[in-house]
Amino acid sequence: MKYWIRMFRVIRDWRNITWLWTGRLSLAFISLTITVEIMAGEAERSAAVEYGAYLTRIGNCMGCHTTKGGQSFAGGRRLSTSFGVFITPNITPDKETGIGLWSQQDFWQALHQGKSRDGRLLYPAFPYTEYTKVTRQDADAIFAYLQSLPPVSQTNPAHDIFFPYNSESLLAVWRTLYFKEGVYEPDQSKSAAWNRGAYLVQGLGHCNACHTTRNMLGASQDETLTGGQIMGMNWYAPSLSSHLEAGSGDWEIEEIVALLTTGITKRAVASGPMATVVRQSLQYLSPEDVLAMAAYLKSLTENDTGNVPGVHFSVTSGSFRKHLELGGKIYQEYCQACHGVDGKGAPGIYPALAGNRGVVMDSPLNAIRSVLNGGYPATTAENPRPYGMPPFQQILRNEEVALVVSYIRNAWGNRASLVKALDVDRSKGGDD
Amino acid sequence: MIRLIILIGFCITSMANATGGEVPDTMAERVKACTICHSAEDKAGRDAYYPRIAGKPQGYIFNQLRNFRDGRRYYQPMVVLLENMSDEYLLEIAQYFSSLQLPYLDPERIHMQPEEIKLAQHLIYSGYPQRNIPPCSACHGDILMGVEPAIPGLIGLSRAYITAQLGGWRSGSIMRGQTSDCMSEIAKQLTEREVNAVAKWLANQSVSGKPGSFNVLSPELANRCGLTTLENGEAE
Repeated sequence: MKYWIRMFRVIRDWRNITWLWTGRLSLAFISLTITVEIMAGEAERSAAVEYGAYLTRIGNCMGCHTTKGGQSFAGGRRLSTSFGVFITPNITPDKETGIGLWSQQDFWQALHQGKSRDGRLLYPAFPYTEYTKVTRQDADAIFAYLQSLPPVSQTNPAHDIFFPYNSESLLAVWRTLYFKEGVYEPDQSKSAAWNRGAYLVQGLGHCNACHTTRNMLGASQDETLTGGQIMGMNWYAPSLSSHLEAGSGDWEIEEIVALLTTGITKRAVASGPMATVVRQSLQYLSPEDVLAMAAYLKSLTENDTGNVPGVHFSVTSGSFRKHLELGGKIYQEYCQACHGVDGKGAPGIYPALAGNRGVVMDSPLNAIRSVLNGGYPATTAENPRPYGMPPFQQILRNEEVALVVSYIRNAWGNRASLVKALDVDRSKGGDD
Repeated sequence: MIRLIILIGFCITSMANATGGEVPDTMAERVKACTICHSAEDKAGRDAYYPRIAGKPQGYIFNQLRNFRDGRRYYQPMVVLLENMSDEYLLEIAQYFSSLQLPYLDPERIHMQPEEIKLAQHLIYSGYPQRNIPPCSACHGDILMGVEPAIPGLIGLSRAYITAQLGGWRSGSIMRGQTSDCMSEIAKQLTEREVNAVAKWLANQSVSGKPGSFNVLSPELANRCGLTTLENGEAE
């Protein structure tokens, strides 16, 4: 009997010990698991933040949500349009003046549906017409990144929108007509890379915010990047689907990649607002994403017949010749040293003017502005010390600019309409 | 064979022509966009407005380039030109212009009354401490060629430019310093007559000498204008 009792005690003690040990072990195991999970959670979060930072660059949120020399993402930039002046909001996580109180869902609602946290409809100056195509996962990553930023307390002025565009009911009508909510849907007949490119170009990259013609109500006419005057800017965003403008159907993929990431290639240079987009955003594209974007952009000219419309001159051939003769003299004096007698420039340094579509496009606006303002290509990792073009408005009169632009549009086999001094005058200003 | 050689020779020549020759890999070539206006020669254009930048202290030039780019100093052609330039490149450009020693145009020959000259010289070398106007030379150096690293020289600038800058400070429409803006306070103390006298007198002087070194500044003035040198040698 004693034996059994002893055995029982031993068993009991053993079980106690086991329990004790099991308890300790499981506690240790649980705490280890928790630690690992926390670490994994943190790693996941920081990976999400890092990915969000990348996407925020590609969406170039900072471009609009930062004033010149101002605090990053604190807003306050003025966007002047024909409907009034929009002031970009503070999107740092400041609780009072930024989006510190927003939830992931609030952010998604803004990006995807164009509605603010309080349900107020947002003006499409915020390109939710494009951002709606961004996936929930990407939107959450961007939100995580924005929330990780240091909060900046900065109250920005209210929009100053003209009547009747300041009416919310009109905005509701506008949305019914022109806003189609929905995440990008891949085209199953195309490659994964093409779809990724399309997703970036149509969604986050919001290329169509500029490369489109807008109607009287500021709505984009289509989604195919057919080019147009940029709202609130005196620049023309060329068509990306036309061989006559900036379509890249006959370019090598590598050249498209180079233009997007370095801002300059042997035959083209990104200038004006596009140089800014390259500097702030596109140069940071991952190698896979830039290839994807290039593949998609290259495919945009598929439906373009490439027919050259006839060039109509409003002047007689005698005055045409005289025009070019005078323009040629100005070219010789001011332009030739860099762009060459033959207009072939120096590839990768000074762009060729012969055969340059930016020069002979229907709209002479960009060519005129390049002569007036000059400028440097964006400094990028691949092109950190670019060569520049002088601002010739400092030394040439409108008439002279008109003559020289007419000349470069018609020399070396180029063919395009002549430019008048009035065109030059209209091309001035519009820099915020 | 000879034909082939001629053909190859022809191809090489046409290739060389096609690129318009080698583009020099130099800063001088890179800043042609600047020197069309800020040149040693008289290319000043219709309004003779462009200031001399060669030989000015590097920190001053760098600060101004960033001020234009970042919206702290507004002159549209400069703003547009510099819009997409990195700090690194702007610093290199500042170094380049700072290191240039160019012969400059003869000074302007503006007629001045003796009392006007006396007024200008008093402002420049003595100031009016009771009106809180320090002498120009206290900061811009004894020879008014500026002080390293960030105070500009006052000689070699046109009367139009000096008048415009002082006018801008007085109306509060321009900012220069990275932090405080002491020139604005000083300019607001000046009368119209004093501004004119100083602008004329300065424009009448010839460029000579180099910027002085930072330690010539009195600590009081350096402090007043927020002129401290950061660790990396860059001036605030």
